[in-house]
Amino acid sequence: MSAGGTNAFAPGFYEGNRPRIVTSRFGMEDSHSLGRYVATGGYDGLRRALARPAQEVHEEVRSATVLGRGGAGFPAGTKWGLTPQDVWPRYLVVNGDESEPGTYKDRLLMERDPHQLIEGCLIACYAAGLSQCFLYIRGEMALAQERVATALNEAYAAGYVGRNILGSSFSVDIVLHWGAGAYVVGEETALIESLEGNRGMPRLKPPYFPAAIGLYGQPTIVNNVETLSNLPWLMVNGAAAYTAIGTPTSPGTRMVAVSGHVRRPGVYEIVNGTTTFRDLLFGEGFCGGMREGRSLKAFVPGGGSAPWFLPDQLDLPFEASQVGPAGSMLGSGAVMVMDDTTDIPKAALTLTRFYAHESCGKCTPCREGGTWLERILSRIVDGKGTDADLDQLLEVGQSICPGAFPHASSERLGISAVPFPYRMNTICFVGPSAYAPVHSALTLFREEFEARVTKRVHIPVTAVGASR
Amino acid sequence: MSTTETDAGEMPEVPADPNAVSISINGRTVQARKGELIIAAADREGEYIPRFCYHPRMSPVGMCRQCMVEVEGPRGPMMVVSCMTPVADGQVVRTETEQVKRAQEGMIELLLANHPLDCPVCDKGGECPLQDQAFSHGPGESRFVEEKRHYEKPIPISDLVFLDRERCILCDRCTRFAREVAGDPLISFTQRGNNTQVMTFPDEPFASYFSGNTVQICPVGALTAQPYRFKARPWDLEQRESTCTTCSVGCRTVVQSSRDELVRYQGVDSDPVNWGWMCDRGRFNFQSVNSEDRLDTPLVRQSGQLAATSWSAALDAVAREMRSAGGAVAVLGGARGTNEDAFMWGLLADAVGSNMRDAQLDDGLPAAVLGLPQATIDSACSAGTVVLLAPDLKEELPVLHIRLRDAATKRGLRIIEVSSHDTGLTAHAWRSVRCEPGAQADTVRALLADPAVSSQLASGDVVVVAGRANLAESAEHTVAAIDALLAAVPAATVLPVLRRGNVRGALGLGLAPSAGNDAAAILESAANGRVGCLVLLGADPLSDVADADLARRGIAGARFVVAIDTFMTQSATHADVVLPAAAYGEKDGTTTNLEGRVSNVVQKITPRGTSRADWMVAAELLHMLGKDAGVATLADVQKLMATRYPAFGAAVSSAEVRRNGVVVTAPAARPAASAPAVAPRSSYDFRLVVSRKLYDKALGTAKSPSMANLAPGAAVIVNPLDAERVGARDGAGVRVSNAHSSLVLPLVASASVPRGTAIVPFNQPGADIRELVRRGDSVTDVRIESI
Amino acid sequence: MARLTEENVRLAQEIISRYPKARSATIPLLHLAQEQDGYVTDDAMAHIAELVGASPAEVYGTASFYEMFKFHPVGRYVINICGTMSCALMGAEDLMHHAEEKLGVRMGGTTDDGLITLERAECQAACTEAPCLQTNYRYSFRVTPESFDALVDDLRAGRLADEIPPHGVVARVRQHIPADRGAGVHAPEDVKSAPAWLDGKAAL
Ligand SMILES: Cc1cc2nc3c(=O)[nH]c(=O)nc-3n(C[C@H](O)[C@H](O)[C@H](O)COP(=O)(O)O)c2cc1C
Ligand code: SF4
Ligand code: FES
Repeated sequence: MSAGGTNAFAPGFYEGNRPRIVTSRFGMEDSHSLGRYVATGGYDGLRRALARPAQEVHEEVRSATVLGRGGAGFPAGTKWGLTPQDVWPRYLVVNGDESEPGTYKDRLLMERDPHQLIEGCLIACYAAGLSQCFLYIRGEMALAQERVATALNEAYAAGYVGRNILGSSFSVDIVLHWGAGAYVVGEETALIESLEGNRGMPRLKPPYFPAAIGLYGQPTIVNNVETLSNLPWLMVNGAAAYTAIGTPTSPGTRMVAVSGHVRRPGVYEIVNGTTTFRDLLFGEGFCGGMREGRSLKAFVPGGGSAPWFLPDQLDLPFEASQVGPAGSMLGSGAVMVMDDTTDIPKAALTLTRFYAHESCGKCTPCREGGTWLERILSRIVDGKGTDADLDQLLEVGQSICPGAFPHASSERLGISAVPFPYRMNTICFVGPSAYAPVHSALTLFREEFEARVTKRVHIPVTAVGASR
Repeated sequence: MSTTETDAGEMPEVPADPNAVSISINGRTVQARKGELIIAAADREGEYIPRFCYHPRMSPVGMCRQCMVEVEGPRGPMMVVSCMTPVADGQVVRTETEQVKRAQEGMIELLLANHPLDCPVCDKGGECPLQDQAFSHGPGESRFVEEKRHYEKPIPISDLVFLDRERCILCDRCTRFAREVAGDPLISFTQRGNNTQVMTFPDEPFASYFSGNTVQICPVGALTAQPYRFKARPWDLEQRESTCTTCSVGCRTVVQSSRDELVRYQGVDSDPVNWGWMCDRGRFNFQSVNSEDRLDTPLVRQSGQLAATSWSAALDAVAREMRSAGGAVAVLGGARGTNEDAFMWGLLADAVGSNMRDAQLDDGLPAAVLGLPQATIDSACSAGTVVLLAPDLKEELPVLHIRLRDAATKRGLRIIEVSSHDTGLTAHAWRSVRCEPGAQADTVRALLADPAVSSQLASGDVVVVAGRANLAESAEHTVAAIDALLAAVPAATVLPVLRRGNVRGALGLGLAPSAGNDAAAILESAANGRVGCLVLLGADPLSDVADADLARRGIAGARFVVAIDTFMTQSATHADVVLPAAAYGEKDGTTTNLEGRVSNVVQKITPRGTSRADWMVAAELLHMLGKDAGVATLADVQKLMATRYPAFGAAVSSAEVRRNGVVVTAPAARPAASAPAVAPRSSYDFRLVVSRKLYDKALGTAKSPSMANLAPGAAVIVNPLDAERVGARDGAGVRVSNAHSSLVLPLVASASVPRGTAIVPFNQPGADIRELVRRGDSVTDVRIESI
Repeated sequence: MARLTEENVRLAQEIISRYPKARSATIPLLHLAQEQDGYVTDDAMAHIAELVGASPAEVYGTASFYEMFKFHPVGRYVINICGTMSCALMGAEDLMHHAEEKLGVRMGGTTDDGLITLERAECQAACTEAPCLQTNYRYSFRVTPESFDALVDDLRAGRLADEIPPHGVVARVRQHIPADRGAGVHAPEDVKSAPAWLDGKAAL
């Protein structure tokens, strides 16, 4: 099918003429039912996996280099191998909390193909010896919860999940768990806290990563919905077929949501590693260029946390090893596009406000600094800022992320890129993410801020009232 | 002023330790232990890293980010959180670089962004880590010009603690303490992000016995203690380190005064004892020392009335009666004073030929348990198994409860609890069995027959924590249970948890009863007219002896009664002479805790009126009786004590007595025990347990205004099914009776009590259950009827 | 103010039984409470605390961390308009103004008839379909002033009663693990060895 209108059953999804690994059923009305799933080869991957020793299945996944799709891009097979020897039980926690601004894919995968995800979970549990799986779906996703609950009920009844799966010695429960609205819970250690019934505040690292100490203090694998949804296809077609798509360092496909000022915003399954931002934003099989008569001003390449790119970076492919040095990251497959009508300070404010609002409150720099950034920014947007505020934004940012902060290169400005990553004074990425849009906007479009603020003399306020 | 923050040197350096690593801090190479946090290693080395959330006695959370330091990494220096990062061999740490300074300044600026800066009116002003660090590590000015966060100004979150959310810097210390140390998670972070605030559940106050600790560890003035609010400014405070004698745990404290008035106690981190913690009762009862109701002059009964008199007149009268009583002088009490007090009174009793003395009031265990192989708090906490044959420690010895709870939840200690009802440790016990009063020894034997239990007991050190859990049964039941356990596990040691502050010192220094002649027997003798002069040395039998009838008869039958006390107690109102005693904080000396640990107590303020230390009274009387001991000062007393009790003497003269104390135990023989027979309970009856609550009518509490109303009040607590059987609703009045008496108490239904047992808390406002208790009864059965 | 009903306690127990530790059921049970009363009452939190073995303060601490739980009555329908970047770029701000005018309430307010509560929300994972909103967590995509009015009119006329359950109900389908099919839940401390299917071979 060509890249015609949006898919009637999967709003926003465009199939295009490309290899499809995880979205192959999106065009079918009943793709979420067990019947359709099985009729289209569903649970074959599980069958094949169960026919082989677990260790071999794990090896297959490892050799396919299935990059994590939740943001960090860590290979799943390698992550599974990080659990400490001989510590049992181990758990699987599925990260279906999709909330990163711009990201829209896991929800579609859960709504349109829940059995594919379930099968992926089963393969992961089998391969890595995980004895219980918790499938954590974002609280606000009612339909996804209903579809996954229905699919699990069907799968239990049909013997795909639970005790002695398909007559084998493999037994695992998949427990549907659902959140209640807190972006930070997408962070894997916060997800575990939340799953333990606590406030979703990230745990400290170092020293512990969930693969070593996670849910209930046990080794825990946290994987993203899309990551796991790749596994059934991989089991059926093998690692060689998987790595034949994309590049050796970024094999397979990945789902990317493009939103904002393009002609056809939507969700696309693209070939990893080779597809460029230009293909995606301007290609006919994809977004088809900017809105009528408009030009590209900037875009966020990898979800709201990512430093921004300019048209200068359009030819970069979806390949972490190239995007990082260019000053940003691929994150969760979310591109937000701004055309020349965009009010840059205001756009930055929408993201900074998001992260300030979503701070869990644990780290001082994030809790206080994020809100402070938001306050200054909104003052500037309201035309009440002074020029001192601009430096103040960068200074507050320094308390969150000390040292140089990554940004893109720009021919127009004559600046070269500062590579990813940054240093941070916080536990997780929420704090830095509140700063990233501010920093990008201010670095790449400082004139828009300057035009907004008045020159004023800065009068210091004494910090401590007590006299001694 | 740093009280809890001092690292108590919990990590002794052993040269050949395979866990030793060496790291460099600011260019200096130092030894550290694998797994130790950078901040702890730095503390020990005297390299102070600023912090707010880190506390050495709680698990690190890394919230405030104030403790960031630079660590040399493979790709150059990295900023790490020193309270979360463990040391590693060869690690290079720098705590004073430009980067570090910038981070600290940045953090202070952020913390101050929403802080009200009301330091001039804040209790913490002058001793506030935030204020101090704003000076030493802050940028000096704030560029935060936005509107600050606003919350309702201090709200009471309990009877004792106020919370000012505007000042809070969200370090998680109070909430972490409540959850992790106290096990009373009644405060929690609520809301999220910039709106995060510490709160209680609506209508459920922070009624924790340990709430005062949160005030002490709050690094700002967010939490303040009602009894201290606006009392003093830190620069007016004078302080000395001392030991709390409210109960026999003997927490190390700092006693602070302002203008010759006690204003605050703070916990001191003593590694073998209290780790910096205190219970609220101990922390806040300084108010009673300041009470208007304190006795300040001697009183002598004249034509039926107690009238003020001079010390010499009063002592003359006492000496005269002692002389004329021949040997029939009895001394009850001594457990509320110092070792030196007890020792001098023991001397005096010897001098007058008395064989009637007891530091307990028939409410503990036979003093002979002190002769069993002794355990310490530390040895109990590091044992494999602790067997609890004790009252609810949370109610009676709260900081011991905290230590055992910590050991059970974090250090793998397994607790086997034998108790009549659920206690504060039940939830953390490996095994917790309910046992009816009188059945302790049988229950222990049944437990021992369980293979899982016996293999647990065989797997490591065993410590028996033994105390008097029920005042309505014979103490012999507990002794028999200890005996049964020791028979099966001969290597076990015993931690006697006798409750009163210095009961162990008093028993060990001359106020232990001679065979068969304990407090009950003494009172019985008095009732029979065989006591000429009864001295109540900080003892109030009319309130404290479980058999109220016996106490009444004893006091009435004694020919002459001398009460030496800080307040006009119930018993003192019947005395012939009342002598005002110097209170805690008004005298120097030493005290002995439940482990036998001798540590010092200090005088911080002038004694009230003409009140004196007990030892002075004894010395004076000895002189008047012509048996002058030759002591004029405390040092003289201690020197004399050293000749009679060399172990105590050595302890008292060591420097450690002013730090962590020195453990003194006397070897003795194992007491023979046989549990008195117990008649079967009729099916209509309840077997009675009379046990203590932390807050009761004791004067230290009752005379401390902020705690006076905390006693829960008298009630009879039964299982909900029993309540149904009785036909009474929760809160309804019921008649509780037996052959001795009958009274009306409100009924409380609680699943923490097994069927057939009735719990009545001791010494509470309301009807007095002691009317139903008789000393001779092996156990006490009562009938409960709805009215 | 209500504790959980008997029926909901049964459901709560079923939910609790799926987790190795009861405490994990806290959020699902809070949803159950909100489903029952439209918001989370103090009594329900105290009841949940009993069921999962936490203190009420801890349950409240958890509950108040999450956006979806309301501690005061809200409208039968809660409309959340997304205001994060993608929706903002596509006109979310204008939509919010329009919504406030149409409903006659400010963000956070509830209409006089108690039917609709209007809220500003953060990213709803429908960024390509901006601006978007959720009504009781059911989506409307590419919302225009006209389609917003139509939605409100439909809600008021009861035309969406079947499609959109009252506030508090999120998923209408519950998971049930049949007793004879479940693999079984074990406390982590009771599991000492590798799962059977690893055949005694170490996992990679
Ligand atoms: C603030 C924050 C939010 C995150 N949100 C999500 C999310 O919504 N979904 C997700 O799958 N991963 C999210 N992640 C990434 C997870 O922490 C984790 O890396 C991921 O779930 C691992 O799965 P993967 O290896 O399959 O990608 C987030 C990370 C951070 C720091
Ligand atoms: S009240 Fe004090 S101790 Fe508690 S979190 Fe706030 S600042 Fe920390
Ligand atoms: S002391 Fe380390 S983060 Fe607070």
